[in-house]
Amino acid sequence: MNDAIVQITLQIDGKEATVPAGTTVLKAAQQIGVAIPTLCHHPKLEDYGGCRLCLVEVESRGRTNYVVSCLYPVENGLVVRTRSEKVDKVRRVIIEELMAHAPDAPELVRLAYEYGADRNRFEKEAAFCVMCGLCVRYCDEVKQKHAVGFIDNGHAREISFIPEIAATECWSCQECFAICPTSYAQAAYLMTEALAFPGRRKKESAPRDAAVERLADIPAVPMTFVKRPPASEPELAK
Amino acid sequence: MSEQQITDIIEKYRGRPGAVIHALTEIQHANHWLPREVMHEVADALEVPFSQVMQIASFYKTFSLTPKGKHELHVCTGMTCHLRGGARLMAKVEELTGLKPGETDTDAKFSLEAGSCLGSCSIGPELIVDGKHYGRMTPERAADVLKQYD
Ligand code: SF4
Ligand code: FES
Repeated sequence: MNDAIVQITLQIDGKEATVPAGTTVLKAAQQIGVAIPTLCHHPKLEDYGGCRLCLVEVESRGRTNYVVSCLYPVENGLVVRTRSEKVDKVRRVIIEELMAHAPDAPELVRLAYEYGADRNRFEKEAAFCVMCGLCVRYCDEVKQKHAVGFIDNGHAREISFIPEIAATECWSCQECFAICPTSYAQAAYLMTEALAFPGRRKKESAPRDAAVERLADIPAVPMTFVKRPPASEPELAK
Repeated sequence: MSEQQITDIIEKYRGRPGAVIHALTEIQHANHWLPREVMHEVADALEVPFSQVMQIASFYKTFSLTPKGKHELHVCTGMTCHLRGGARLMAKVEELTGLKPGETDTDAKFSLEAGSCLGSCSIGPELIVDGKHYGRMTPERAADVLKQYD
């Protein structure tokens, strides 16, 4: 049996790419230096296909199709266009939709500029999370702590830190904060911290949180209590 | 529902990560809701992360993460039942139980849910108690039905 890896040749934006079978169009494009915008893709994580930003136009056997490049496997003779009028238009709408949730996320702001997207096109519903799943998948696949997961479904779906796990695992990690495109992972964690194990931040400082360390040096403002006159005994019904 | 019963269900599926939904469904039917500690036990025994058990339990409407009454009442609010007087039926059931849809009484006797088209339009308006369908239900007859349950 011949188990040499089958090589596939395809064309991306007019450039030829030769990659092993099973490679995704996105990886093939990255290998030959063609940039495709992504949001939910991360080289350390399993391909996910959640944000649809990486959509491209593919032409094979005379048929044109629109596929998400981070999941679509290469085929021999495939012709890929990463920018076409239609691709750009669809991407623009996706950016506009995501911006209804996270209007100031830096990656979205940059993409909006590039694609001429209007951040106010859709009514704002600032949930700040764009459901890319990066935090959840990073915690599952890389850290294997499962401290943050998706809960609920449909419109109400959201990420949620599991307080029991977050209390012991997140303090010394907090790595998902940096991969979250919107900073919502951090906000959600801090909310969990505030509700489930408050006070720790004041006592200890998080490992690489210099700002918090500085805050801890500031002496706490002494609290003053105003003495209230004792309430008069309630009249007991005779 | 005794703790032993829950333990038995969990033991049946020990070491089978693929059976989370089966275990949760059985516990839900027996216990009417999924307490958090029980979900932790399921996660440990079936060897799946707790977050995944949570994800499944919160995804499906079958599962309840808050206590439910011994008897589950559903009043259909679908279009057909509505046209046949479903809203009046719902108002009566709300009055009789003192509950709004989604609520459970303090004795955990009844939980009330609104359902949109429960699949039996021809016999609407419908009241369903613990899966038993009462068709062509009138507000007047609802009290007699509820009396049968305690
Ligand atoms: S919190 Fe951030 S990383 Fe996590 S799913 Fe939402 S946007 Fe993505
Ligand atoms: S990067 Fe492909 S769908 Fe998000």
